[in-house]
Amino acid sequence: MLFRGVALLAGCFIAGQLLGETLGRLIHIDANVGGVGFAMLLLIFAQNWLERRNLLNPQLASGILFWSSMYIPVIVAMSSVQNVRVAVSSGFIALLAGVIPVLICVALVPVLAKSAQKTTL
Amino acid sequence: MDYITTLLVKNGLIVAFLFIGLVCYSADWLSAHLTRNKLPGSAIAIFVGLVLAYVGGTLTGGNKGLADSKPFSGLELMGGPMLRDFAIVSTAMGVSFGVVRKTGLAGVISLFIGVVLTFTCGAIIARCMGYTDARSITTIGAGACTFVVGPVTGAAIGASSDVIANSIAAGLVKSILVTIGTPLVARYIGLNNPATAMIFGGLLGSTSGVAAGLAATDPKLVPYGAMTATFYTGLGCLLCPSVLYLLVKLLIM
Repeated sequence: MLFRGVALLAGCFIAGQLLGETLGRLIHIDANVGGVGFAMLLLIFAQNWLERRNLLNPQLASGILFWSSMYIPVIVAMSSVQNVRVAVSSGFIALLAGVIPVLICVALVPVLAKSAQKTTL
Repeated sequence: MDYITTLLVKNGLIVAFLFIGLVCYSADWLSAHLTRNKLPGSAIAIFVGLVLAYVGGTLTGGNKGLADSKPFSGLELMGGPMLRDFAIVSTAMGVSFGVVRKTGLAGVISLFIGVVLTFTCGAIIARCMGYTDARSITTIGAGACTFVVGPVTGAAIGASSDVIANSIAAGLVKSILVTIGTPLVARYIGLNNPATAMIFGGLLGSTSGVAAGLAATDPKLVPYGAMTATFYTGLGCLLCPSVLYLLVKLLIM
């Protein structure tokens, strides 16, 4: 039962990645467009579908929840293989182009969040 | 001694599990004893990861952080895109569909604003720093989006390799800054609910930075931010070498 959850997750993952890759090809860019996002949406739909039919048993869910608690360790591993050396020793221009837009976008978060709240109310 | 290294390399992924487990354990201990849980253990662990990546990269001169050191080569698999994306997708378990639908439009709008604004900023900086040709300016602007958009754009419009290298570096700086900075600014920008997390992901992009930053802030927000951020690189690769490149060309003439 547990592995059915893992397999369901894997199915959503592959289908989503395939969708993202195909979309990228259709619009002629060499990149995966939102593959992870599509996969997440598929998993949300699958979960809804199973819940409505009372098929979502805890063991199946735990196969997926295991991976979601693996998330932080995986991110720690990811940060330990980043090319930090180049980022730290990069030129002034890369530093500016990396930092300034981030500051502006971060400042914009509350502005957009507020206007989004207004429109949904 | 050689046989020990061989053993570690052969079981790379398992070594990575053990090593990251130790890092997380020490980070939790530091969080509890040094910061009285004010700084989350995951934030410390991610920061330690970055420091180790710097040390590893400096000692070996490679590009893969700690994974360039042989016994730790398994980290590349554990922290690579396959397991990372698999784990990110799994966090969608338990996501509220209502929130996603309600904030969906704001998320899409924030994506467009994020890409265009970041590109414009990067392009202006490139222009101010002495680049005068449209190709270089566009590539640096694209690199400010993410370290994937930069090289994809540069290759598409034929920028020189040192400009492409600069654009990758800009994207890397961004990703690391978002990773470290998110938990620090979260309180001030109201980043404590799913809707804001979706907008945050759309504006900042950088899947790795957003995912790691939100993980260090509040793991419950990760799926919402990651869901929009994952479209950012695609949108950037779509807009930068086309519409935005043409705009830069027009403005420079």
